Amino acid sequence: MKIDRRSFLSLGIGVAAGTALSPLPWKLTDDLSIWTQNWPWTPVPEIGETTYVNSVCTLCPGRCGISVRKVEDRGVKIEGMKGHPVNQGGICALGLSGLQLLYGPTRIKSPLKRVGKRGAGQWAKISWEQAIAEISEKLDGFRTGGNSHTVAGIAGSGQGTVSRLFSRFLTAYGTPNCFHMPSSADTYQLALQQMNGVSAAPVFDLENADFILSFGCGLLDGWGSPVRTIKANTGWKKANARVIQIEPRLSRTAAKADRWISIIPGTEAALALGVAHVLIKEMRYNKDFVDNYAHGFESYVTDRGEMKKGFRQTVLDGYSPETVARITGIDPSAIILLAREFAKAKAPLALCGKGQGRTPGSLSEAMAVHALNALVGSVNRKGGVCTLPIADIQGWPELTLDAEAAAGMNQPRLDGAAPKSPNCINQLASAILSGKGYPVNALFVLESNPRYTLADSKTVTEAFDKIPFVVSLSSFMDETACNADLVLPNHIYLERLEDVPTPVGFPRSVIGLSKPVFKPLFNTKHAGDTLILLAKELGGGVAESFPWDNFEACFGKAMGDKLKTLQNKGFWLDSEAAAPQWKDSFKTPSGKFEFTAASAAFSPVKIEGDAAAFPLLLIPYETMRLSCGYIADPPFLTKTVEDTILKHNDGFIEINPKTAQAGQLSEGDAVVLQTPVGQARVRAHLEEGILPGVVALPGGLGHTAYDGYIAGKGINVNQMIGPVQDPDSGLDAAWGIRAKLSKA
Amino acid sequence: MKQEHGDNGTQKYGMVIDLDLCTGCGSCMVACMAENNVPFREDETDKLKSITWMRVYKLTNGKPYPETDICYLPRPCQHCEGQHGHSPCVSVCPATATDYDTQTGIVSQIYTRCFGCRYCMGACPYHARYFNWYDPIWPEGMEKYLNPAVSPRMRGVVEKCSFCIHRYQAAKDKAHLDGQKEIEEDAYQTACTQACPAGAITFGDLNNPGHAVHELKKQPGAFRLLERLGTNPKVYYVSSREWVRRAGDNYLKTEGPKKAV
Repeated sequence: MKIDRRSFLSLGIGVAAGTALSPLPWKLTDDLSIWTQNWPWTPVPEIGETTYVNSVCTLCPGRCGISVRKVEDRGVKIEGMKGHPVNQGGICALGLSGLQLLYGPTRIKSPLKRVGKRGAGQWAKISWEQAIAEISEKLDGFRTGGNSHTVAGIAGSGQGTVSRLFSRFLTAYGTPNCFHMPSSADTYQLALQQMNGVSAAPVFDLENADFILSFGCGLLDGWGSPVRTIKANTGWKKANARVIQIEPRLSRTAAKADRWISIIPGTEAALALGVAHVLIKEMRYNKDFVDNYAHGFESYVTDRGEMKKGFRQTVLDGYSPETVARITGIDPSAIILLAREFAKAKAPLALCGKGQGRTPGSLSEAMAVHALNALVGSVNRKGGVCTLPIADIQGWPELTLDAEAAAGMNQPRLDGAAPKSPNCINQLASAILSGKGYPVNALFVLESNPRYTLADSKTVTEAFDKIPFVVSLSSFMDETACNADLVLPNHIYLERLEDVPTPVGFPRSVIGLSKPVFKPLFNTKHAGDTLILLAKELGGGVAESFPWDNFEACFGKAMGDKLKTLQNKGFWLDSEAAAPQWKDSFKTPSGKFEFTAASAAFSPVKIEGDAAAFPLLLIPYETMRLSCGYIADPPFLTKTVEDTILKHNDGFIEINPKTAQAGQLSEGDAVVLQTPVGQARVRAHLEEGILPGVVALPGGLGHTAYDGYIAGKGINVNQMIGPVQDPDSGLDAAWGIRAKLSKA
Repeated sequence: MKQEHGDNGTQKYGMVIDLDLCTGCGSCMVACMAENNVPFREDETDKLKSITWMRVYKLTNGKPYPETDICYLPRPCQHCEGQHGHSPCVSVCPATATDYDTQTGIVSQIYTRCFGCRYCMGACPYHARYFNWYDPIWPEGMEKYLNPAVSPRMRGVVEKCSFCIHRYQAAKDKAHLDGQKEIEEDAYQTACTQACPAGAITFGDLNNPGHAVHELKKQPGAFRLLERLGTNPKVYYVSSREWVRRAGDNYLKTEGPKKAV
C-alpha cells in the first residue's frame, strides 16, 4: 500500500487524537510526578503528646531561658522561655539550633582512647572504668613524683558549679595551672578593682540608659547577653534613646545605630579622652560626682610629697580635639558634638569590649571609657555602670590541701602571672614552646576548644602537640578533642543538671537551672561526676575535698536554700538590690572613685607587623550567624550565612573598593592574605562599609573538625591574628594585626 | 455556591515588620526552619537553591564610604491577595497546588498536588518560593527532631512560608474545644514572630481592630514590597529611612519619589 500525503496526515492526526483521548498522557504525567517525588526513604515524624520543659541555654555566655517542645521523648523545637528575666521569651539563631547539636553526628558517643597517630581519627571505644583508671594512674604518677604542677586545665568559663569543681579538683590535686577563656568583662573587672576599689563583675544598666556611646561593642552582634542587648536596643528605639557606634566597619550594630563614626582601629581610648577633654574644658562634667566622690581628678601631692598630675590636667594638656583627630581620623567638630551630646543626655553610658567581647582588650582603654562614665556621673547610678559582687559557693566543705598539693601550688604558674591574678591563657602556648620553666605533662580541657579559639592557631597547635597527654571532656568531636589522647564525653547541655550564673553585664543576680530535658542519648557522663570519680580514685587530699557521692549531691550543697526556687521556677532571681549610690560605695584607699593615671593616658596596643611589609590592618568581626566559641555553627546557622561571607568553601575578606582598587582587586577575586603569623587563601568582597586600609574577616569559620556541614568552610581568623600581651593586665589586648593582600 | 464567611467576617492574617528594629540576627530564619522541617545540605551557599521560607535580605543605600547604610529586610511569603484572591502564584498553578484561602487570607501550598512545574516560582515577584531540587536528607539521628505538625517535603515540589498554618489549625481546634468562636491574638503566632529577639515582627488579623497589626500597618513609614504590581501583599514593612522605603519598589532612575504612590 502506498502512503500518500493525505493518508499520512489523517493517520497522524488520528494517532494524536487517539492518544489524547486515551489515559496515556495523564498516566505519563502522573508517573512523572510520582517519579520526581520518589524518595529513597520518607520520614514521617511520629505523633504523640506534646510537652514543654524549661531549661537554660549555655551555648554562649548569654544564658537565656529556653522552653523545649517535646513530642513524647523526642525534642522537636527549642523556643525562648517566656518570663525569663534575661531574655523575656526571645531567642537567638544559635539557641534555636540546639536540637541539631543534640541529635547531630558530631556528638561523642562513648569514652574514646586514641589508637592511631594523634589527630588521625583512630579511636577505640573504652569503658568509663578503664578511662578513669588510666587517667588516675597517670595523675597519680605525676603527683607522687612531685610533678603535680605540670598538669594544666582549661575550662570554658570560670563560673558555675562545674567550673568551680574543675578548679577545685586542680587545686586539690596540686597545680596552679587552671585556666579559663577570658573576655572583655575580665578587663573591665580589673578597671573596677583599681577605680571603684571593688572586686566585682561589671553591670551595664542598658535598659535605663538614654545615650549609648559604644566603642566598638557589637551590641547587635552578640555582645554581653545577646538577646538581652537586642531587647535593650528595641527599648532604646522606642524611647528615642540615641546609640552612637564607633568602629571602623559598618557592622550590624553600626548600621542600626543613630550614628556610625568610623575610627582608625585601636585608637578608641584616644577618642574617649578627647570626649573627656571637651567635657572638662566646657565644664560639662558632673561636678557633684567629681568634686565630692572622686579622687585624682585634680592634681595632688602624694604621701611621699610627690606632685601628681591629675586627670583634668593630663587630659586638657594631651587630648585636644585636634590632637585626637590626628590619632583617630575623626573630625574635631564631630568629637566636640559627640561630647556635648553625651553630656546633655540624662543617662549617658559609654561601653567598651570590641565585637562580642571575646578578647579581653586593653586595660587602659577600659579605664579611659570607665573614666568617661565617671565624668558624667554614670557610675553606680541607674542607667550607668554598676557592680555586682561575685558570689562564692557557700555549701562546700573547706578544700583539703595535702603536702603534695601544697608543694604543687607553690610552683609558679605557666603563664608567669601572679597567683590569684587573672589567668593569661594567651601566654600559655608561647610559654610551653619557649621551654623555659617546666614542661606540661598533661592537659585537661573542659567545655572549650582552645585549639580553635585561641589566637595564633599555629603556635597553639605546636604547643599542644608537645603535651604528651591531653584529655578532652567535650561533648563534640571538636579540634581539641580530635587531637586528644583520651576523650571523656560530657552530657550535652540539654542532658545535664547545672547552675547557670548571672550572664555578663546583667544588672541582677540570677541563677538559671539547666536541667536534663532528655535522658542521655549516648554513653556519656556528667563532667561533674567524672571529676568526682577521678578524685575518689586518686585518694588523699583530693578525695577528701570531694566528699560527695555524685554531682547531684554536690550541686544540692552548692545551691543550698536556692535549690527549691530553682526547681519550682527554673531560675532564682535575687531581690532587687538597693538603688546604687555614690556614698560609701567606693572601696579604694581614698574611699572615693579614682581617676587613675592609666585612665588618662592613651597607650596604643602594639599590634604585630610593620607597616612597610604589611600595609593593611586586619580586624576580626563577629556576627550572630556564626558561632565562634566552643560551639561550632550547627547546620541551620551556617545556612543563614550570606554568600558574600562564604561561597562554597571559600571565605571572603571584606575590603573597601578603594583599597581593592589600589591592589587591582575586584569582587570575588582569589587573594592571598598574609599576616606576621599566618597565610591563607581567601576571596575579596568589596564593601563600602569599611574604612579604607582596613580588611575584615569573620570569626567562626575555618573549622577542621566536626562534620561536612561546617568543616573546611572559610578560614579561621585566629590563625591569622596573634595575641598581644597587655602591659597592665597581661591579658590579650590584640584588636587585629597588620596584613597584606596579593592576587592569588 | 454559597460564599463561605465566618460569623465575624473573614480574617486576613498578615504581618507588620519594623525594619528599624530588625537587627538581621537571623533568628526568624532558623525558627522557621526548625518549626517547618526545612531541609539543609552541606553546601547552602547557592542562595537560589537554598530553601529559606523566611529570608533576611541585606539592603544597602549604594552610597560610598562613609555615607554607606545597611538595612535588613526579613522576607516571608507575602501572602498576596491580588484582586479577589488572584495572587500571582495561585493564578498560574495548573494543579491547584497553591490556593488563596478567603477565610484566613493565607496562600496555601499542597505538596502532594504539586508536580514541580515551577510556574508559581516564575510568577512570584518576591522569590518567596523554593523548589526541592534534592532529596531532603537529615544526617543519621537528626530526623528525630522533625516536627510532626508539618509534613516533610519530597524532591520535586515547591514549598514556601505558610504563616505556620499548622499553628492556626491547632489554635482553631483549641478555640473550638474551649467553646470560643474567635482565635485570640496570641493563640496563633508564627514561629518567626515568636522567636524575634528584637520584637520587630508583629503578626495578627489585619481586619481585626483588636489586633496590633490593624493599627501598626497604618503608621507613617509603612509600605509594602513592589506595591505598584498590584499584588496586594499582606506583609507590611515600616522604616523611618526614606531610602529603605524607596528600595521596597523598583523605581526607574528617572522616577522621582513622588511618582511612587
